[in-house]
Amino acid sequence: MSSRRPKIGVYVCHCGINIGSVVDVPAVVEYASSLPGVAIAREYTYMCSDPGQNLVKEDIKTSGLNRVIVASCSPRMHEPTFRKTLKEAGLNPYFLEMANIREQCSWVHEDHAEATEKAKKLVEAAVAKALVLEALEEKEVDVIPSCLVIGAGIAGIQAALDIADAGFKVYVVEKTPSVGGHMSQLDKTFPTLDCSACILTPKMVDVANHPNIELMTYSQVEAVEGYVGNFKATIRKKARYVDVSKCTGCGVCAENCRLAGRIPSEFDENIGMRSAIYLPFPQAVPAKYTIDPERCLQLSKGKCGKEGPACAEACTAGAVNFEQEDELVDIECGTIIVATGYDVFDAARKPEYAWSDYANVITGLEFERLVSASGPTGGKPLLGRDKKGEGGYLPQKVAFIHCVGSRDKSVGNEYCSRVCCMYLAKQAHLIRDKLPEADITVYYMDVRAFGKGFEEFYDRVRREGVRYVRGNPSEVFKKNADPEDHTLIVKVEDTLTAQALEAEHDMVVLGVGLEPRHDVREIIDLFKLSQSTDGFFMEAHPKLRPVDTASDGIFLAGCCQGPKDIPDTVAQAKGAASSALILIASGKVNVEAQVSFVTSSECRGCGFCVEVCPFGAIELVDENRMGNIVKVALVNEALCKGCGSCAAACLSGAIQPRSFKDEQILPQIAVLGVRT
Amino acid sequence: MSEEYEPNILAFLCNWCSYAGADLAGTSRTHYLPNIKIIRVMCSGRVNPLFLVNALQQGADGVLISGCHPGDCHYLEGNFYARRRFMLMRKLLEHVGVDPGRVNMSWVSASEGAKFKEVIDETVAKAKEAGPMDQFRRRQLNW
Repeated sequence: MSSRRPKIGVYVCHCGINIGSVVDVPAVVEYASSLPGVAIAREYTYMCSDPGQNLVKEDIKTSGLNRVIVASCSPRMHEPTFRKTLKEAGLNPYFLEMANIREQCSWVHEDHAEATEKAKKLVEAAVAKALVLEALEEKEVDVIPSCLVIGAGIAGIQAALDIADAGFKVYVVEKTPSVGGHMSQLDKTFPTLDCSACILTPKMVDVANHPNIELMTYSQVEAVEGYVGNFKATIRKKARYVDVSKCTGCGVCAENCRLAGRIPSEFDENIGMRSAIYLPFPQAVPAKYTIDPERCLQLSKGKCGKEGPACAEACTAGAVNFEQEDELVDIECGTIIVATGYDVFDAARKPEYAWSDYANVITGLEFERLVSASGPTGGKPLLGRDKKGEGGYLPQKVAFIHCVGSRDKSVGNEYCSRVCCMYLAKQAHLIRDKLPEADITVYYMDVRAFGKGFEEFYDRVRREGVRYVRGNPSEVFKKNADPEDHTLIVKVEDTLTAQALEAEHDMVVLGVGLEPRHDVREIIDLFKLSQSTDGFFMEAHPKLRPVDTASDGIFLAGCCQGPKDIPDTVAQAKGAASSALILIASGKVNVEAQVSFVTSSECRGCGFCVEVCPFGAIELVDENRMGNIVKVALVNEALCKGCGSCAAACLSGAIQPRSFKDEQILPQIAVLGVRT
Repeated sequence: MSEEYEPNILAFLCNWCSYAGADLAGTSRTHYLPNIKIIRVMCSGRVNPLFLVNALQQGADGVLISGCHPGDCHYLEGNFYARRRFMLMRKLLEHVGVDPGRVNMSWVSASEGAKFKEVIDETVAKAKEAGPMDQFRRRQLNW
């Protein structure tokens, strides 16, 4: 078909009024029909609709078109749609060229005449390229029927369970010693007041025991290579200094640790204490102890007491092993789900709320540990305990402050964190539950109770005698220097009555927002993900491809993509699992057809392309040229991703990426370069 | 130079970041000057420096290469190659008398629609200052 003379069909889309209201579509069509090689030029309201696509199909069949140009939206939007149209009509899908006259013309230019001129030029450039397009073969590769899940919070756990339940292998990699993520730290969940641990722990156990799941905790992905369907990952299993096959989780080691009760527990948000050999929390999965190498005296100082490490002596199973080393594991998987979660906003970045200064100003996550029955205070909201965790007082006047680190340009976070309004309402309810006499005030900018059952819950909390004051506090400070007096002053303007208030409280809870993880860069570098302006990972399309990434075969789940509550996270995790399952279950995937190729007779074997190829897809091989053995480049099409760096480095033009060859780009330059 | 001179600028945008950023500028209805014509390539590393010379020869008054931010390249390192080639090419063009304001490069990510507009405004302003590009003008090539 490619040998025949080009017979081009140009289809200009009105896109309702999106294009038609700015660009003079009939004028573009008239101009297009005068261009060389153009046999048919038409306009239609919605080219992407069924009748629009049928128009193309009919013309291919009846008029023998062998090139198609659709002038409409961005090829990033509808190139796959129209490729399919061509395929269905029996034409090679790579005979399609799109002219972007919506995103890059009608939507960005106001002057109708200029926009129309530009649209004409864009169509002309597309025609110039279409004349020299070639048919390409799409290759199918097998998909390794497995998935790698990064992160074992609720998102990672749910995605892993869904894929494993469908009967496929899943590798779960978690950085910390236990699965569970942030959800395991929470006490109750809004708006139903389910106990977080009660609904999460069964899933944590399932993920550890599932025959199809290989769980790697205290591990990190070190390197990833390959492509959709055929990824290879190297995972570093960090040394726990405890033999997990021997550890019974009895906890005698932790009791005997010389630093027992002297190291702040990360799980308890530094309110509780742990040992150097520790289980993050009692329900941790796996229930295996880990030695913190930075705190352990034996590992950091080389010496622990006069008699040597007490933990090793106490362990009857003989599980403690200070000689253990990191282990590297290589795995192969067809798909990857990134579910790395979030960090809470660092309250120290809002010094006006004095979180760093006063013990009775705490963050929302610290509050969760404080009221949790399994927390360091056994569920009593005790403040001001001494170093041994004794004493303390119960607050009488509690303040909650909304939007700390969210909707705040001064700290660089313009977005709403979506969970703070409701978790603060829930926490206000918990205080009302535990301290019926307490005076509770919530300072808010807006209350966004948008989810199922949220508004009803917010209403209930207000009826329970929680006062909502509309105002964003400017400052929190201590009433006087007396160490026995815990009174704090919250300075705020009630914006509904326009009154300046200085309210007294003895506990302030900051509704800290959600932020991208501090180590987000590592994941970006590993998987080549992009970030949106808020710093969270960017999905392939904000509406229609919310779990896909720009890299085929890699999907997103949970808060690493943006702040969300537990139901939304679970829903997205199920979405990511189903997207991964589509690839795994079909077992085949089409790989990039737009890869580079070498015209070996023009290749001089210099090897520049071999050096620049980021994927190691090119090698030099021997070729017999009339008895002389010379080196020429050869492309491994399975590894090539079609970036074209090789073509820009090539001195002779022997290596070219298909569909973006020099001879296909230069005609575009020739059309667009001319000043009109 | 007449006051009505409007420069014609040719932009080579990578598919994953800058082209998507330009699309986002469209989706957000960010208005910018129509002087810019965009050619899509898969990676800024694809841009052969000769494309720049060719564009200026054909009559473009300015060129722009835009790719992913350093370290964010979809193809790992294509934008680094693009940057090196670009710097060399710009020096060479300056050496033969081309105003360096005509030869531009920027990093625009897929989420930076607003930045894309700024880049266009700046590129157009620089090309306007440099005036019409006539040094390389020749017969239109017939490919």
